[in-house]
Order: sequence, then structure tokens, then C-alpha cells
Amino acid sequence: MNFEADAALTASLFAVDADALGGICLRSSANPLRDQWLHLLRDLLPPASALRKIPCNIADSRLLGGLDLAATLRANRPVAERGVLASVDGGVLVVAMAERLNAHTATLLCSALEQGEIHVAREGVVLRHATRIGIVALDEGMSDDEFAPRCLLDRCAFLLDFASVSARTLLIPLHDRAQIDAARALVPNVTIETTYVQALCATAMTLGAGSIRVSILAVHAARVLAALDGRLAVIQEDAETAGRLVLAPRASVVPEMQNGDAPDNAAPPAEPAAATDSAESPPRREEAAREPAREPAREPAQEPAQGAPADMQQMQDLVLAATQSAIPSGLLSQLRAHSGPGRTAGGTTVGRFGALRKGGARGRPAGVAPAGAERSRLNIIETLRAAAPWQSVRGRAAGYKTGMQIRPEDLRVTRYKQHSRTLTIFAVDASGSSALNRLAETKGAAELLLADCYVRRDQVAVIAFRGRTADIVLPPTRSLVRAKRSLSALPGGGGTPLAAAIDAAALLASQARRRGESPVVVMLTDGRGNVARDGSKGREAGQADAISAARSFGAAKISALFVDISPRPHDLARELARGMSATYVPLPFADARSLSRLIGAANSSRPT
Amino acid sequence: MLASARAVFPFSAIVAQEEMKLALLAAAVDPTIGGVLVFGDRGTGKSTALRGLAALLPAMRVVVGCRYSCDPEKEDAFCSECRERSAAGTLKGRLAPVPVVDMPLGVTEDRVVGALDLERALAHGEKAFEPGLLARANRGFLYIDEVNLLEDHLVDLLIDVAASGENLVERDGLSVRHPSRFVLVGSGNPEEGELRPQLLDRFGLSVEVKTPSELDQRVEVIKRRDEFERDKIAFTTRWKRHDDNLRRRIVAGRRLLSSMQTPDPVLETAARLCMLLGTDGLRAELTLIRAARSLASFEQAAQVDVSHLRRVAASSLRHRLRRDPLDESGSTARVERALTELFGA
Repeated sequence: MNFEADAALTASLFAVDADALGGICLRSSANPLRDQWLHLLRDLLPPASALRKIPCNIADSRLLGGLDLAATLRANRPVAERGVLASVDGGVLVVAMAERLNAHTATLLCSALEQGEIHVAREGVVLRHATRIGIVALDEGMSDDEFAPRCLLDRCAFLLDFASVSARTLLIPLHDRAQIDAARALVPNVTIETTYVQALCATAMTLGAGSIRVSILAVHAARVLAALDGRLAVIQEDAETAGRLVLAPRASVVPEMQNGDAPDNAAPPAEPAAATDSAESPPRREEAAREPAREPAREPAQEPAQGAPADMQQMQDLVLAATQSAIPSGLLSQLRAHSGPGRTAGGTTVGRFGALRKGGARGRPAGVAPAGAERSRLNIIETLRAAAPWQSVRGRAAGYKTGMQIRPEDLRVTRYKQHSRTLTIFAVDASGSSALNRLAETKGAAELLLADCYVRRDQVAVIAFRGRTADIVLPPTRSLVRAKRSLSALPGGGGTPLAAAIDAAALLASQARRRGESPVVVMLTDGRGNVARDGSKGREAGQADAISAARSFGAAKISALFVDISPRPHDLARELARGMSATYVPLPFADARSLSRLIGAANSSRPT
Repeated sequence: MLASARAVFPFSAIVAQEEMKLALLAAAVDPTIGGVLVFGDRGTGKSTALRGLAALLPAMRVVVGCRYSCDPEKEDAFCSECRERSAAGTLKGRLAPVPVVDMPLGVTEDRVVGALDLERALAHGEKAFEPGLLARANRGFLYIDEVNLLEDHLVDLLIDVAASGENLVERDGLSVRHPSRFVLVGSGNPEEGELRPQLLDRFGLSVEVKTPSELDQRVEVIKRRDEFERDKIAFTTRWKRHDDNLRRRIVAGRRLLSSMQTPDPVLETAARLCMLLGTDGLRAELTLIRAARSLASFEQAAQVDVSHLRRVAASSLRHRLRRDPLDESGSTARVERALTELFGA
């Protein structure tokens, strides 16, 4: 089965029952192929149903609805305004740039999908609206850590990745609207035998494919496939196709093929990326990876109630094989990257990556202002107060008799301020020289600092540098557990790419600043850089690059703390700290407690 | 309460997740336990269970016409309006369903605490108070989905009201206070952010849910979900008997609760367990004993014994352990360790 056919089939399936299939994540740049797919979907959906596109930074008031200001004032009574979610009921909502969706908006969308209705309680308006919708998330993420929020992906039946396909590919519709309509009428009556449910479920577990919701979606996709074919019962082919379309793209584990072309276990070896993953519990994944080997022995014993265990096993194998065939071989590393920490962070903290919100519509109220162009919350009492003194004048002028007259210039909105969040970036030297000295102590100090960050509800990120590169082992997160794990899983050894580390810290810090956060960098190193920026070894080039990196870091005016972890403090480290305009603390003289005091000081003295 | 347009998945049809179901039932029998927090993986039926709970709750008596659902029997908990009315004459009562208020996502503060009645302000220029969700939740349950994503200023609000049982409104030129005693029920995914310790403390019980790892269970979950989606009415009718049965047991449990004896050795064991775990204050111990008593009543036991204690220990204590960032093992493991130490494996 080729990709174009699958893409077209997905459009057909989605057009039949978008509501129950939840959504589709289209991972693709903005290109003609994506437009083609959307057109195809539009053509297949009933003409009356809505297909509406929203920007990823849509305001709550537009998504949910609320008080219609103009109409309210005109009518002298509260008039509710329907939000986008309610207005696309029975249709499809297209979310542009879903990888930039913030966590809050994603949660709203998920709840609308899950409940099939939204409950609005805003600005004096309390309403319920039906929202039986399907969502098409247009994910334009380029790198492994840019993803549509995971909670949303969990509710999307299909994930289509156009990255590997030519943008000039032609999509040929597989069904026409009449067939789709017929299938829609049929879906509720399609039955599925337990064996197929079991097969899909087992496949999902074997592949480590997401939560149980994904299996539910796969089962439903199988039923829709049967309906598209005009059948009232799911057959094996439907189950196989459903496995391929729904489960395969989410495989986080590539199981060993039955013919055993990969002798070593597919379970992730103990490398830092896998060890830092706390999102899905690692034991479960490993277990899933080992499953195929164990299955033949275990399954029949587990299924005494099911009449034909042999058939059952066979069925599972077939569905699994079909699903697996959709996973290109050699994809393991990429898969792991998707389900690993990068993906998690992309999915869960993505909300914090939204544009800098000044005077947004959230946070603590911080006074009142005349209503401007931006949509904000109306402060009724202040508005009435502003209008009150003019009533008699306006009444006379207009010749009206009753009612309060409110003019646009009276409108007052509440302004809010949001605390700028602090991001503490730990850059930990895990090189050989440092490991030799006191990597364990460094980790200890970092952990104490982490505890402090937890108390202050800061976000933390961890950069580890060793060998040739500096890697972000933990993208900004508020989860202390993950930070702890990423630290304790940190291996030591190799050169000291100090320049790369300083650059990486500066980059992360400036990204944070662009999001409106206040970054603080804590460098834990012995300052003996011996790897140059280009990755080549050599003390001299390494030192020179480190100094230049430190200077450009200093020029960026990022608050920093330089903790010298070498046994004896030395001038080189001091010079680096000076270059970075960082507070220099030699660890031999600093116990963890005083460090934590210092970091607090760096926080409060930072330029805001 | 507004009627929901969609049928709710029956509580009794939820597969496995015994700890979660037990905690919710314990809170239903004895609301003074103080709420349940359900934290765990995506797609484990957290919100399904919490929404399903509403159908299990037996009706309660409320004062006719009271906006805060005051109990006609409990004069000391009256709102100011009921106090005035009862001074003027007797109050009439009626049966009403226990409110289970779902805190909508993106809710604005004015709808939570209550605010100026817009309609009357605009049309008649009157300053009147329109109660919010906290008023509706009085004597019932307040459910917050994705509780860890709740905006900070709303959390501040809840923390105070959940502790005092009273909502103080000072806004829009209004000054109102009314009773707001509710059982706080929250769910969330810990990956998406941590909960403030103060809010954590407001939850009596805390349970962790995981995706079932047994194939059979998963298949059963999917089959039931599929049946439900295909014909909601038929499905809920089929499970109604089980839900009714649970409701009867809750009612019977509530009746038994006040006379349920907790022998001294059990109290001592609870104290020893809390000391061993170093939980702060009496709150942990109190919750532990209340939860055990509630469970014993629900199960119509003769008296509370150590086995009840043991079954509710993890949910009562795991979120109250002092946070030790250097201890790698989770809090559940720490409670288990302490239990093993006390009782043996």
C-alpha cells in the first residue's frame, strides 16, 4: 500500500466519521500536497458541514464564545456570542500551526472532542454547546522536539507525515461523496468480533503505541473501513488497515521481526536519551519490546475464555505484521526521538513557547484601562461608572427616555499581568576531567538547586556537555522528577566542549527571553575546555573558543552563576566567569546551601 | 445544574482501576474525607470515573428557593438568606440531586466566585449578586479536569474556599459571603506540570492511575467503550442495575458511618504509620482513619480493622509525604515500604 493511497483513504475515513475518529495530525510544511489533501476532505464532507480554520493563538473568547459586547449594549441585556467550537458543530476544525498550540488551548480542544460539548462560563454567560467535531491539526514542526501537543495527538486517529513524500504527488480520491454518505449511515451498525479487538489491542501494546484511547480509535477505524466497503462486519483486512493507519505511526518500539533480522533486543540501550525519558514508564516499553518473543508461550494461557486461542494468535500476528510493514526499517532511532524526552517536551511544554504575551487576558488583574483594539474582558462596573456622569447629558441630546446610554469610549477592560517565569538552565560538565574530579558532587549540588527551583516553581532545563557536543538533555520543564532523572542518568567521560556548552546555554536562554521568561544560567564546570567549537580536540583552540563564547554570552547580558568544580580554583575559570559576567563561585568553598542562596540572589538581581 | 446533552459512561462499567474507584466511593460515603485527586496517564478513564460518580450520589434535602442549596436541618450552616427566612418562618425542604459541578475550562473568575448580575445591572441599574460555581457546588462535588493547568489566580481562590467552606466575594462593588462546602475532585496528568503543595493538601485522597497492562483488561475497556459509543441509552440502561446497587451501598454505608467503631489498636497503627513516614501534622492521620472508616462502612464491616487501613494508606498518605528531591523512589513506594515494615510483607 503506497502513501498516496493511504493519505486518500484517511481523508475518506475521516469524512465518514470525523467526530468519532477525533482528528488527524498532518505533519507537513505548507505545500500543495497538504492543500490537495484538505480539498479532498472538503469535497468528501457533506456540503452543509463546516470546515473552519483557526490560528493556533486563538483567544479563549473566540474559541468558547462569551459576552457579545456590542449586542449586549444595544439590547440592554446580556447577549451571548457563540464561539468557534460551537459554530463548527458537526464539522471539522482545522488548526493552523498546531505545533505552536499552547497547552491551555489544546486542553480546550481535547475537552470539546472528548465531551462532544463545551460548557462555557465566562463573563456572566453560562451556556452549553454541542461540539461534535473532528480536528485537523496542521503540524509544521521541523525538528523532533516540535510537535502538536500530545494530549491532542492522543485523540487523533491518524497521524500523516508528508515529509517523505514529494509535494507534487497527486492524491486520487478513492471514494465519492455518495459512497461516503452511505458509509456514514452504515457505521453504527457495523460489528467487530472480539478477536479483531484483541488483535488490534495486542498490536498496540507490542508497538508501544500510546494510550488506550489510540486502541479505541483503531477499533473504530476498522469499523469505518468496513462501512466504506459496504459491509456490516469487520474483516481481517479492515483490522490490518486500521493497524497500519492508526497504530503504526505511533510505534515507540520496533519489535523484532519474526524472522529475527535484528538479533539484539529492540529495547533501548542505556543511553541518556532513553534514560531521561520519564514520560512513558521505561519498563513498560521494554516489556513491550520483548513481547513478540514471549507471546506464543503466553497468549494461549492468557485466553482460556476465548474459544480459539490458535486463531487468535494467528490473527494477532497478521495484524501485527501488517502494521509493522508500514514502519520503515531502521527507524528506531527516529522513533525513539519522537517518543522520548524531545517529544514529551514538545507536546507538553509547547504551550510555554507561545509568543510573548503582554497585558494578556489572563493572570492577575492589574488595573483597568479603556477598551482598545485588543479583545479583552469587559469590566462592567467600571464601564457603568465611566458612563454614569454623562447620562443626563446624553439622554437630553438623544431625546431618549429610559435606559443607560453607554458609548464606546466608556468601555473599560480589565488588564492582567502575568508573572514572568524564571527558567534556570543548568549546564553540567560531564567530561572526563570533571568526572574524575567530582561529577557526583556536582550532581548533588545541582539536585539541591533543583529542590530550590521546585519551591520557587521555576522551570528548569539541563544541558550536559561531554565528548564533542553539548546536548540539551532536558528541555525546559517544571517537572522536578524529570530533571532529577536526567541528572542522575548523566554519564561522564570524554573531552570538555566548553565553548559549545556556553553557546548552547546562551541560545536556550535567549529563546526563553523571547518567550518572556527570565533565564538564569548555572554553569557547573572546571573550566578546562579542550574541545573547540568545530568539535576538534586541542587544549589551546578549546580554551580560545571558550573565552570567545564566554564574551558573547556576557554581551547578551544573561544572568549567570559560574560554579568552579575543580579541586583547586584557578584563573582560567575566573576569566571565563568574568567574560560571561557571571558570579564566580569555587565549589571547594561553597557548600550546596550557600550555592542555593547565591542562585536566589542571581535571580533577584537580574535585569527585568 | 445544567443538564448534560451527552449520556455519561456508567461508573460501574469502568474496568479495573480499583484504587481510583475505591477512593471515590469512600469520598461519596464520607464527604468529610475531603476530596480526591486522580493523577495519571492519558486515557485511563480519570474524567470518566469522576463524571460517572455524579449518577451514584443519592439525593439530598435542600431549602426550597435557596441559591446555595442549604440543608433545612442544619441551621448553623445556613446562608444569610436562609437565616433571615428561617427567622421569619419555617423553611420548606425538597429533594434535589447532589450537585456535581464541572469547572469548565477557560472559566473566568467572575463565574467561579459569582459577580454582579449583568442583566439586572444593565436593564434596571440594580446591584445584585449572581452566584457562581462555588455557590452551585455547595454540599456537592466540584470537579476540575486538568487541575494542574488551572490558572494560578483560580487556584488561590480555591485553596482558600476549600479550607474555610465559605466564599467571600468582594468585587464589582459587592460584598457577599455564602457557604461553599464542597468535595474537591481533580484529575490531571503529572507530565503536564506539578500541583502546588497547598492545593495538594486540600485533597483528602490521592490516587495514581496507570494504563492497564493486561491485554484482557484493555480489550474489555475498548469493547465497553465501543458499545457505549454505539448505543448510549442501551448501554447505560444495561449498567443501571450495577450503578443502583452501588448507590444503595453508599446509602447504607452513610447510615453505618456514625456508629462505625475504630478500635484503639487500629488508631495506634495509623499513628505509627504516619510517624514512620514523617507526615506533617494531624491531617494525614485524620484522613487515613476517616478513609478506613468510610471503607469499612461501605463494605458493611463489623468494625474498622487493619486491612481497611492498609487498603487506603497509599491514597491517604502519598501526597502528604514531605518532598524529598533526593529520594529517587516515588511516594507510593515509600508508603508501601512503611506498610511492609509495620505489617510484614
